[in-house]
Amino acid sequence: MIDSNIKFTCRDVRVHYGDFEALHGIDIDIPDRGVTAFIGPSGCGKSTFLRTFNRMNDTIDGARVSGQILMDGQDIYDKNLDPVLLRAQVGMVFQKPNPFPKSIYDNVAYGPRIHGLTSSKAELDALVEKSLRRAGLWDEVKDRLKLSGTGLSGGQQQRLVIARAIAVDPEVILMDEPASALDPIATAKLEALIEEIKERYCIIIVTHSMAQAARVSDKTAYFYMGDLIEYDDTDKIFTNPGDSRTQDYITGRTG
Amino acid sequence: MGHISIYMILLIAVLTVGGFFYNKSSALNKFRQARAAAGGKMALSSWHSQASYHGYFTAWLVGLATLAVFIIGLFIQGSGTGFNALWLAAMILTGLAVIILTGRQVSGQFRARTYVERFIKGLLIFLSVIAVLTTLGIIASLLFESLRFFKEVPFTDFLFGLQWSPQTALRADQVGQSGSFGAIPVFAGTFLIMVVAMSIAGPVGLMIAIYLTEYATGTVKKWVKPAIEILAGVPTVVYGFFALLTFAPFVRGFAESLGFSVPTQSALAAGVVMGVMIIPFVSSLSSDVINAVPQTLRDGSYALGATESETMKKVVFTAALPGIIGAFMLAISRAIGETMIVYMAAGKAANLTANPFEAVTTVTVQIVSLLTGDSDFDSAKTLVAFALGLVLFIITLLLNVVALTVVRRYRAKY
Repeated sequence: MIDSNIKFTCRDVRVHYGDFEALHGIDIDIPDRGVTAFIGPSGCGKSTFLRTFNRMNDTIDGARVSGQILMDGQDIYDKNLDPVLLRAQVGMVFQKPNPFPKSIYDNVAYGPRIHGLTSSKAELDALVEKSLRRAGLWDEVKDRLKLSGTGLSGGQQQRLVIARAIAVDPEVILMDEPASALDPIATAKLEALIEEIKERYCIIIVTHSMAQAARVSDKTAYFYMGDLIEYDDTDKIFTNPGDSRTQDYITGRTG
Repeated sequence: MGHISIYMILLIAVLTVGGFFYNKSSALNKFRQARAAAGGKMALSSWHSQASYHGYFTAWLVGLATLAVFIIGLFIQGSGTGFNALWLAAMILTGLAVIILTGRQVSGQFRARTYVERFIKGLLIFLSVIAVLTTLGIIASLLFESLRFFKEVPFTDFLFGLQWSPQTALRADQVGQSGSFGAIPVFAGTFLIMVVAMSIAGPVGLMIAIYLTEYATGTVKKWVKPAIEILAGVPTVVYGFFALLTFAPFVRGFAESLGFSVPTQSALAAGVVMGVMIIPFVSSLSSDVINAVPQTLRDGSYALGATESETMKKVVFTAALPGIIGAFMLAISRAIGETMIVYMAAGKAANLTANPFEAVTTVTVQIVSLLTGDSDFDSAKTLVAFALGLVLFIITLLLNVVALTVVRRYRAKY
């Protein structure tokens, strides 16, 4: 059963760090377009769950994922699937902006270069420009593409990282608390950017800010202690949650 | 001098410690009286320093004053060894006088802590000045002795001469041996051995560092790291005779099997063994640098679909490059300054050659052989050692400065 509106189908997903079970069997369907937000108190497993979608947990010693995650009907934990190829389709933006200590241009060109996406310098130039434009950064950096990406401000760095992810033309963009290191103005710009690109990508965002989840997301999932408590349209979650624990969290009584 | 000084130093210690406890307790008493007088509740401003600071203040002054008396006494007494009652009396009286005078100072208003902190700051400055002065002294002595050498041998002959045979006639009737001090062959030898050593230590050390930081599992790390560090702990003289007795004959045998005739001592034998010696130096410095590259950068690269090796080559390595260059520079200055291995395995013939199978000599080897054995410290033969040392010092200094600048200029802001 492949529903074309569903990007990820997760069934009984469990993650262990050594003997500790961080996620206790998550079932969730993530839509193909738009923004899905994961909220919940610290340590609830939302970031861990996010990292299962591009198999970043593979890089952590002792982390083990069980259960089933299908992307467009294909099991991404299939033994024959190379996580490297998966990650080219599932981009990720981290909590702390992490531009490489290279020029702005080289940061964006990094992915296309390793995947051999372009065949000429002109094509690469065009791709870099397109990605930077889409990330809303082009006008700010077009005159200093050769300068180091680490010299930008925090908000610019985060948009550069998004441009870098966009450049490899992914279908999914995972965002792990992308605004937690940014000031309110940079956060607003970032949210505007998410709003703008969400028609094109499946975006999953982990956030600590409930206001942010309410502003940017179409669907919201509330996690608590390694369980998925509630998952519904964002409007419904924030106005009329079905579970009292969700209610407590969004009204600030817990978490 | 003699054993009496030891007793005098003990006396200084006793007076100092005594002064500390005497004034600490007297300060404590005065504080309690003041508190009792104020009915147990004192204004914050009425007592500045804690009792122990009054004690430290006294101890500092007693220590300095008695030390001054001790040093003056040493000068007056000169080399006499007898017991000097006047000296002893002066010492004790000074100590007691300072204790009593500072004891009178003790009050709530006296800022003992401020003074003690100033003393300590002074001490720290004094100690760092000593270190700097020592360095300056060494440089000055190198410089002045070199200048004496350059009075006898022109500067350009030394720096650009191609002939090195530093034997001069000690007596007027000796024949020949006018000596020539062209340092080029000596520096060329040093450079050749450094190149051989770095071509071993550079790649091997770097690969070890990359393997240990990025690929090795916990158990491998646990065994390999200490094993490499043992290499660093081997005394250089052991490397030296390993080079001379084991590796050099092997090199010669190998060359002979190819039909070449080479001497036992060669730049290759010394250079390779020196390279092995500095492998741990390169690998541990580089692995520190590679470790310092934040995990978030690696994650960022993996998340874009890069493999481990792409991440290593294009992100981690470039981010760590300035540090790695710095590590190489430090390793080079280590290789240039190394003496024992080359002394034993490289030979002493000052051949100007780029062939690593030939025997060459290095700056350090020449300095050792010039200054050991019969020598007269005024002849050009010994003075040239200072000139060699000076140039070597300038080279390693420049290398270190360049290394530090490179590291600082290109240090990646992660």
